[in-house]
Amino acid sequence: MAHAHESNTKRIWVVFGILSVITIVEVLFGIYKPKALFFNNFAGMNLLNWLFIILTIVKAYYITWAFMHMEGEKKWFRRSIVWTVVFLILYLSFILLVEGNYVFDVYKTGHLKWIF
Amino acid sequence: MGATVITDEHALDGGPGPLGATYGKMMMWFFILSDALTFSGFLAAYGFSRFKFIETWPIADEVFNHFPFLHGVNAPMYYVALMTFILIFSSVTMVLAVDAGHHMKKTKVAFYMFLTIIGGFIFLGSQAWEWKNFIKGEYGAVETKGGSILQFVQKQEDGTFKRVALADFAATLPEARTQHERSNGVWFMDEATLPTYSVNEVVEGFKADESILVRSEYLNAEKHKTVLSREESLKRLAEAKYVVEGANLVRNEYGHKLFANFFFFITGFHGFHVFTGVLINIIIFFNVLLGTYEKRKSYEMVEKVGLYWHFVDLVWVFVFTFFYLV
Repeated sequence: MAHAHESNTKRIWVVFGILSVITIVEVLFGIYKPKALFFNNFAGMNLLNWLFIILTIVKAYYITWAFMHMEGEKKWFRRSIVWTVVFLILYLSFILLVEGNYVFDVYKTGHLKWIF
Repeated sequence: MGATVITDEHALDGGPGPLGATYGKMMMWFFILSDALTFSGFLAAYGFSRFKFIETWPIADEVFNHFPFLHGVNAPMYYVALMTFILIFSSVTMVLAVDAGHHMKKTKVAFYMFLTIIGGFIFLGSQAWEWKNFIKGEYGAVETKGGSILQFVQKQEDGTFKRVALADFAATLPEARTQHERSNGVWFMDEATLPTYSVNEVVEGFKADESILVRSEYLNAEKHKTVLSREESLKRLAEAKYVVEGANLVRNEYGHKLFANFFFFITGFHGFHVFTGVLINIIIFFNVLLGTYEKRKSYEMVEKVGLYWHFVDLVWVFVFTFFYLV
């Protein structure tokens, strides 16, 4: 293996701390829903949702890099996994969410009535 | 030119693979990659449906607000947050097992894997409880012939609205009928379980109690569900077709039909992954106890099953965000 086999116990607990703190922050924001973040719109979503998504990606980073030990793998092995999944997910979400928004507009302004 | 004897010690495990990883570990990573894309397909489809019905989608905080032993208390999010902690913690014990494996400490690996398996079972139990609440429902609702869900509220003294259960106001009419079962009708035919109240009983009860109002699925400017006036409520109720209690794959009392379908499908698919993860963990746990990896002089199998287990945790982090927070 490329990575040395020294003990990482301390780092594991530090990462656990980070993940717990992020989860607690998410839950607090989810319960109190600050008005400044909740009642506005940026690129199709309110800022609170963007905050949740960013925090989730931070959590995903720590789980993949520290727990799944991605940081110890060779550079191109890492990239063959991470770049593939990141690109395809961005592409799929973009296509589907834009389409969903479009269908919403069609239902709202069209002559057909759905769910009345 | 000697006899072709396989002398390579890696002949059966594929040997040291490319890019500094063994083939086993690499294939586990590529399996995880494809599984991640399956899950993102589900979540993106959920996002699609949500954007498509953005004005009428149910509010997760109102649906998932139960906590064990706190009956009737509005506790949004706490339970799923707890489930998240259970899963993150079992990820920690898993990574500690992998770490102990690097140092060839058999007892420590076994102990941490045992804790991971326990964590997995607790998570599965929690999810079963969550499903039970979701399927059972709390208040009940009425579906119109156009497919929209009407819920019932009562105005409180402070001007806010409180949900009312069908049992609180539905009338009792002399029209009770028995469930049509396979045994008592046309051969091998039955019907869906009858709700506790008929549409008539709900409508009559609603007419009799002036304080009850209908809550529509539409979100207003405060991002709450719109409550209709008494006249509008009666008009909407005239179109009532079904009484809905709890949730199944056809209709649910929380709102849009797709909401329950996605809930069952995504958390169910994730729960199935947790279940298989626990099974694989148990197999590897017994292998550790039997000393298989001690003889092999490598605990890489623990590392590989660990990758899968962390992936399950990773997926939950996203499910938690998109189902409960966003």
